[in-house]
Amino acid sequence: MTFPSELKYSKTHEWVKFEDETTAYIGITDYAQDQLGDLVFVNLPEEGDEVTRDEAFADVESVKAVSDVMSPVTGTIAEVNEELQDSPEMMNEHPYDAWFIKVTDISECSDLISAEEYEAFIAEEQ
Amino acid sequence: MKLIFERSSAGRGTSYLPACDVPSVTPNTELREIALHLPEVPETEIDRHYTELSHQVYGVNTGFYPLGSCTMKYNPMINEAAASLPGFAEIHPLAGDENTQGALEVMKLLEDSLKEITGMDAVTLQPAAGAHGEFTGLLLIKAWHKAKGNDKRTKIIVPDSAHGTNPASAAMAGFEVVSIPSDENGCVDIDALKAAVGEDTAGLMLTNPNTVGIFDKNITEITKIIHDAGGVNYYDGANLNAVMGVARPGDMGFDVVHVNLHKTFSTPHGGGGPGSGPVGCKEFLKEFLPGIQAECTEDGTAFRSVREEHSIGDMRSFGSNFSVVVKALAYVLSLGKTGIRETSENAVLNANYLMHLLKKNYECAYDRTCMHEFVLDLAHLKEEHGISALDVAKALLDAGIHPPTMYFPLIVHEALMFEPTETETKETLEACALAMENILKEALANPEGAHAKPEHTMIRRLDEVGAARNPVIRYTFDSEEK
Repeated sequence: MTFPSELKYSKTHEWVKFEDETTAYIGITDYAQDQLGDLVFVNLPEEGDEVTRDEAFADVESVKAVSDVMSPVTGTIAEVNEELQDSPEMMNEHPYDAWFIKVTDISECSDLISAEEYEAFIAEEQ
Repeated sequence: MKLIFERSSAGRGTSYLPACDVPSVTPNTELREIALHLPEVPETEIDRHYTELSHQVYGVNTGFYPLGSCTMKYNPMINEAAASLPGFAEIHPLAGDENTQGALEVMKLLEDSLKEITGMDAVTLQPAAGAHGEFTGLLLIKAWHKAKGNDKRTKIIVPDSAHGTNPASAAMAGFEVVSIPSDENGCVDIDALKAAVGEDTAGLMLTNPNTVGIFDKNITEITKIIHDAGGVNYYDGANLNAVMGVARPGDMGFDVVHVNLHKTFSTPHGGGGPGSGPVGCKEFLKEFLPGIQAECTEDGTAFRSVREEHSIGDMRSFGSNFSVVVKALAYVLSLGKTGIRETSENAVLNANYLMHLLKKNYECAYDRTCMHEFVLDLAHLKEEHGISALDVAKALLDAGIHPPTMYFPLIVHEALMFEPTETETKETLEACALAMENILKEALANPEGAHAKPEHTMIRRLDEVGAARNPVIRYTFDSEEK
């Protein structure tokens, strides 16, 4: 399992890649995809929708269950990665390339942690 | 097995009708571009096709079916005999009270029985399924808050171990769902509940015994917390089979209840049922009930159907899935008061006996006396040997046993949930335990082989992920192939 050091992480297992202070890409971590198992479906929001920190903005479905994906930031969705809908396996195979949304005008963030801290956090969770 | 299309051969068929003596007409323009793919088969082939299909069916009539939380109990033949009586089977739904006295008496008797079993003051037989009953109950709660002029109560509290239908029904009824965590015993975390209630609390949805098969001993405290906060307590009757004749939701502090006739009261479950999810309520909610209730006339000589003045409206057409109501009443009357209690006692005894046998080889998610069902946790097996709950469930198919519920509840990650029901013998439970033991032995000796189970069923291991990602949902005819 890998946790790239240039990314920030949430305790609800999302990664955040900041382009600048108010723009970021969001996806789910390697640990999240491993726990969920093979993903078969993703329900994505629409471009222009608002996201709010610590609230669900998408859901992913594996053969076992459906799970919410939480937004670690408050802002506006500038882009949605619709490719995930046709190829949900991308989330399993390349979790850090499989971004869900690009958010702009970020006004607020959850308490994000570093790769090192995230790794320690999931070790504790297990 | 061949599909009926694969048995088809052009020009074959069965004709009992004389040749058509009306001239045929060809329309000027043919809108259809390709011929209809109707199977052309003689009667013998049709007969064999359906007979073969019937052999592929697996039900409680075929073998053990310990599907947790579904209460797949045997459906006694006497139920069918009662429902087939012409007076019931041929009744017209629009026939008035004067022509349906017997049917009204059946409804009244079942309403009264359910009231007594659940500890409620009134019952509607109208909802056609469990989740339909949940939706009905929630609309009653909503109507009550609204009638009191309170539109601030928008939240329904649901524990994280609940059936998925609970939050879904609450959302359908326009409520916001607040999920609260379970404690280490799988029961309601009292502190989390206290923190969750407030002036916006409309009510709580709960099953007891809960989804992991444990009776929540704090139940009266839980329902009091909700009442004190001004909310209403909803009891999901999914697990009523554990406590019938022993404990009543009404006495635990619940105000609304739904029961599944197709689970607890032995009417057909699956295969089209149809289901039936009557809803019971306390007196203060009665005025909002949907559909008709059957009642006795003042002089006690006849029955009549009545509607509530402030009813939420009909939840479906007509009074109920009536033949299911007849079957459920036949079940209640053939068991009687003592039999109802014995049913639950035996359901709990069977579950504990099977759990005891399985504990020798498997780990329980909650290792304590259970109610009518219990959950195994295969997380260690998965971690240490790569053998998942899915592998074990698939291997059970080879043993001729319907697998238990998998991966539910969600709070146990490698869950296998067994509910044997009261209608299984000691020998059947022992055979299941032995099959589970053999599956484990074989899987530990050959973990790779475990991923390839089942080996002896007509359909082998399915590629569930592939099927979900690239679904092929229609047969391709030869003429369509590219």
